[in-house]
Amino acid sequence: MATQTISAPATGGDAPLKVRRRSPLAWAKSHVLLVVTVLVFVFMLLPNAVILWMSFNSPDGKFNYTWHKFSLDAWKNPCSNSTMCHSIGLSLEIGVVATIIATILGTMIAFAMVRHRFKMRSGINALLFLPMAAPEVVMGATLAALFFNTIGPGAMGFWTITIAHVMFCISYVVVTVKSRLAGMDPTLERAAQDLYATPTQTFMKVTLPLVAPGIGAAALLAFAISIDDYIITVFTAGNSETFPMYIFGSVQRAYPAQIDVIGSLMLLGTMSVIAVSQILNQMRTSRKK
Amino acid sequence: MTTLTEAPAPVEQRGKERKPRRNLTPWMLLLPGLLWLTVFFLVPILTSVSASVQTGNYDDGFKLTWHFANYRDALLNFGPQYWHSLLFSVITTVFCLALAYPVAYFIAFKGGKWKTLLMALVIVPSFTSFLIRTIAWKTILADNGSVVHVLNDLHLLKITTALGWTVGNHVLASPAAVVCGMVYNFLPFTILPLYTSLEKIDPRLHEAGADLYCGPFQTWRRVTLPLSMPGVIGGTLLTFIPAVGDYINAQLLGNPNTTVVGQRIEDLFLRQSNGYPVGSAMSVVMMVGTLVIVMTYIWRAGTEDLL
Repeated sequence: MATQTISAPATGGDAPLKVRRRSPLAWAKSHVLLVVTVLVFVFMLLPNAVILWMSFNSPDGKFNYTWHKFSLDAWKNPCSNSTMCHSIGLSLEIGVVATIIATILGTMIAFAMVRHRFKMRSGINALLFLPMAAPEVVMGATLAALFFNTIGPGAMGFWTITIAHVMFCISYVVVTVKSRLAGMDPTLERAAQDLYATPTQTFMKVTLPLVAPGIGAAALLAFAISIDDYIITVFTAGNSETFPMYIFGSVQRAYPAQIDVIGSLMLLGTMSVIAVSQILNQMRTSRKK
Repeated sequence: MTTLTEAPAPVEQRGKERKPRRNLTPWMLLLPGLLWLTVFFLVPILTSVSASVQTGNYDDGFKLTWHFANYRDALLNFGPQYWHSLLFSVITTVFCLALAYPVAYFIAFKGGKWKTLLMALVIVPSFTSFLIRTIAWKTILADNGSVVHVLNDLHLLKITTALGWTVGNHVLASPAAVVCGMVYNFLPFTILPLYTSLEKIDPRLHEAGADLYCGPFQTWRRVTLPLSMPGVIGGTLLTFIPAVGDYINAQLLGNPNTTVVGQRIEDLFLRQSNGYPVGSAMSVVMMVGTLVIVMTYIWRAGTEDLL
């Protein structure tokens, strides 16, 4: 301790304001940070690069795990395997239906939580928090038990999966819409009422447009969670097969390069949607100027 | 002048309407969503507690017989699985924090105009299904891949195999591969809350720390770290809770000796004709166990904050 207290003023005491630029320790530290950050980013982005790379592979055997030779076959007929494309269709249908229901129910709860006073608030908060905190396998297993007991394994499929997805998406919608609502300026709504707008008019013309970005973000989040879910889905699916279930099954059967094509398309598709919306946004703001 | 006489009217109307509404509107808004959560989340969890003491099979049905031996089976027969689940999730959480903290720190304080782009890069990989990305590790860690070659040339594989982290000359199908996949999958969930809490810290506090004769490490230890504790706690919970329940990485990247609780629960529920009561008992054990660990952690973190 004694050496530290003596050496610390020596580095800091010379020129306290320039210490962060000149001290070799600070220089080394900032570069260690840079190196670690770059390595972690490589670690996080490597699988996506591998997926894109392997989508151009012509696999030697059933499993597209090792590089064999270049081929465009998988990109030319991504749907040569009809089971895969059926499962993608089912995942998209479930995603859309579950997102619509979860967004409506979650937005209603968010409005009640932010705009109204009522009893049992902490109990309701706990009920909303728990689905986000409970292990997925527990939710899946218990829900499977409920469906086994009531409608039986044979009747499980599209609707049981959708019900499960709505259940775990609601909480995420509530959190997202709530943060948007809480950050809103309440004087705008009061101004509308001062200008003789009815409560319905105030809601439709002032409140809703202001909350819309939050609702949109919540819907996107719900869709992303729904389309990517495997664990809860496998417990509630019965005999249906969603895209994540198809991928998981492929590890046992055969893993075609087409899966890597879809994986690359998911990434490139969303990235181009973001890029286009950014460009449109910039064009809109520059036109206003 | 007419506005003056008309002005009080809407106020009066609003006052009349509000009284009965104040009690009903929130409940009308809450009811459908809360009903959904009650029927499809709360009731199933409670049903499974009852199911965990039932006996029977799928053909003849299950009966509530207060068969507590299910818990004995769930605890004694699957000891290694509980141990693996706990071990993998704790190691994953530690690795995630150790890797996420420098990254979040770098983006928050050194990111400058690249901040948004770097944070986007953290989220971008998740646009591709996490299963496809986890399976991509099979290619990266394959026996004839460069990772295994480099480790072999450095003679590191012998050491890791001696420690039991890898098996033979392979990285795949080993505990190390499972942890690698888990760290990879949960890293964004650690970075996001850490970044949010680090980003709020005023960089001038670092200068203040330096002015008060703190070295960079001391400034971090005494100023930045305490202020970023909400992010550390949030990141730990967002990583640890899903990691306990995760069995995808153990299934795809592990071997028969790395099975975790989730794999056994899925097996008991979906592939065994009379496994449903023991599976329910395992779910209850897992849920209660996770809850106890999380509560202890929050309690400890909370008190340390006060000290």
